[in-house]
Amino acid sequence: MLRRARSLALLLLLGMPLAAHADSKLNVVATTEDLASLTREVGGDKVTVTALAKGYQDPHFVDPKPSFILAVSRADLLVVVGRELEIGWLPPLLSSSRNAKVQPGSAGYLDASAGVHILELPTGQITRAMGDVHPLGNPHYWLDPANGRRMAQAIAAKLGELAPADKAFFSQRYADFDVRLAAAEKRWDATMAPYKGTKVVTYHRSWPNFMDRFRLDVMGYVEPKPGIPPSPSHTLELIEDMKRQGVKLIVVEPYFDAKTPQAIASQVGGQVLTLAPSVGGAKSVTDYIQLFDYNVSQLAAGLKQATGK
Amino acid sequence: MKVLRVLRVAVAALCVVAVSHPSPASAQAAADVQALQAQIDQLKKEFGDQLKALEGQLQALRGQAAAPAPQAVAPVVEPSLSSAPPPGASKVFNPDIAVIGAFQSSAGRNTVSPDPSLEMRESELSLQAVVDPYARADFFLSFGQQGVNLEEGFITFSSVPGGLLTKVGKMRSAFGKVDGLHTHGLSWADRPLVTKNLLGGEDGLSDAGVSVARLIPAGPLFLEATGQVFRGESGEGVFAASKRSDLSYVGHLRGYHDLTESTNIDLGTSVAYGHTAAGVINDVDVGRFTSRLAGFDATLRWRPLTRAIYHQFVGRGEFVWSRRDAFGGTQAARGFYVSGDYQFARRWFAGARIDRSDRADNAQLTDTGQSAILTYKPSEFSLLRGQYRRTAYADGSTANELLFQVQFAIGAHGAHPF
Repeated sequence: MLRRARSLALLLLLGMPLAAHADSKLNVVATTEDLASLTREVGGDKVTVTALAKGYQDPHFVDPKPSFILAVSRADLLVVVGRELEIGWLPPLLSSSRNAKVQPGSAGYLDASAGVHILELPTGQITRAMGDVHPLGNPHYWLDPANGRRMAQAIAAKLGELAPADKAFFSQRYADFDVRLAAAEKRWDATMAPYKGTKVVTYHRSWPNFMDRFRLDVMGYVEPKPGIPPSPSHTLELIEDMKRQGVKLIVVEPYFDAKTPQAIASQVGGQVLTLAPSVGGAKSVTDYIQLFDYNVSQLAAGLKQATGK
Repeated sequence: MKVLRVLRVAVAALCVVAVSHPSPASAQAAADVQALQAQIDQLKKEFGDQLKALEGQLQALRGQAAAPAPQAVAPVVEPSLSSAPPPGASKVFNPDIAVIGAFQSSAGRNTVSPDPSLEMRESELSLQAVVDPYARADFFLSFGQQGVNLEEGFITFSSVPGGLLTKVGKMRSAFGKVDGLHTHGLSWADRPLVTKNLLGGEDGLSDAGVSVARLIPAGPLFLEATGQVFRGESGEGVFAASKRSDLSYVGHLRGYHDLTESTNIDLGTSVAYGHTAAGVINDVDVGRFTSRLAGFDATLRWRPLTRAIYHQFVGRGEFVWSRRDAFGGTQAARGFYVSGDYQFARRWFAGARIDRSDRADNAQLTDTGQSAILTYKPSEFSLLRGQYRRTAYADGSTANELLFQVQFAIGAHGAHPF
């Protein structure tokens, strides 16, 4: 009787890790919805993905909620934007997560910025007199599809490393994504081609990679310095500059107050375009390719009106 | 016996020979020393050259700083590859360093606990870094009116088996909500009366000890239990240990839930136990008196995600019950505060707080207070705050005061308070 009970207990003990392993999906937590979308593209049904920040919130100012601690504590892989974008909220989540797998330096931590093209890397001395300058370069790099491709590749490689049995599956998914992205890029380039060199204004420095990619020229910002709210003197200067150079378009992120941009637009006879800085930044934007579909079509429509091309 | 002596002499002689006469091996060593000396000299020279070059750069930078500041724009190279090493790569192992200054001026009449008219209330130096793959360390040194104080200094082991988040060192206790917060983490210029009367004032129940916190699986609910053991000397007389075994204990249970994506609720209960100094006569603890504390805290936050940088509301309340033994019997005191803080524009916050607390040593005496607070934050790194505070003390006197605070932070970007 006793022996039977003992062997039953042993069986249960042995069976527990097996049962836990039966659900072999990798649990991935991504800090933003863009990273989550790219992970879904390459991970397919072999991963479950949770995004922390929403696409319509300012990724610099996310609350380190305890519910995020729960998510990070259960993750097999944590994918971050890096470049200090999450510096105000990710460190407390990591240190409270009790999850050794996803700490920086561990196999389950992936900084997606490692192999991408980074703009605005400061070279000289930087101080906070310049506003909220990112010492490791502009962190909004995912807004260039070429970087999206590199990020997807890095995520696929990392997933393959964590789940070697599915390595070929992830590579195949990546190859498929690559083809779809390349086809979409052709479409976007064609749509944007007529507006090459057109000058625009943006609210924050969120768009250098995007504007570079589609050859638009950002001539000014609604913010006087990164992270510093608009000031009357800067706004007046910007209006003068825009009038002088015939700039009609102001691109705004959904999480900024559009009042100042609207006032500027009405002064220069232009318009304000609210684009999606991330997946989820507009209702129809549910994945990485749609992010560009949406932004390119919105921008092209605005530019068409502004330039008459 | 004789043999042994001979052997001893022989060994001693050998040793003397080995030391006094340069053998081929020691000649080799001498050459090595010379080579090392040459290398050190070379290093010294290189170091000196580098130092000179750096000094030159510093001078140039000082010159730039002295000149009227041009439109400050980050010098950038475009495009550059991300593979370039980040600036300052040689300092990567230095801890993150930050200093937060808190200046305060007080006006009005207060006969019970007057603050100076102008004071540099606190300068907090923080040093934080990862220790090794298993732990991180945090130091907070506070330079105040009374000198330097190690506000906190602890190591956190993040990957202890069983999901136990373990801290060892000197730390603020987990009792309630504001007891664990540093001065600059508060949304007021002062601490609530209940903190001063029942929880040991400015530093709270901060003490040397061990803290263990574990997540309790509860589905989508965040549930965390914390247990702490301290030396038993904390909080300006709340706990005092006359024996090594007079440890103090703090327990905290925190539950958190997202009601919606923009609204969440945070509840906590706390208990604390330890000895007091009330029964000590001529260095002998004849009374063996203890102090027991219980607390309940609730926080409701609202922050709409698309307007997170413009609007938020935090409503909070904490209730504390204290039972402290004394020769005259046990004093059962209680106190609470409730507060509300609303961000009504990108840089502006308005708040109010209602205070009421008995005194721990004499529960018959009750202080009450009301405050109204207005805060202006030019950036994440500085703030100006005005607070009107009316306090009715138990002795019958009433203080009407105006507190004005300036806080400023330099150095590493800290985590946003939550």
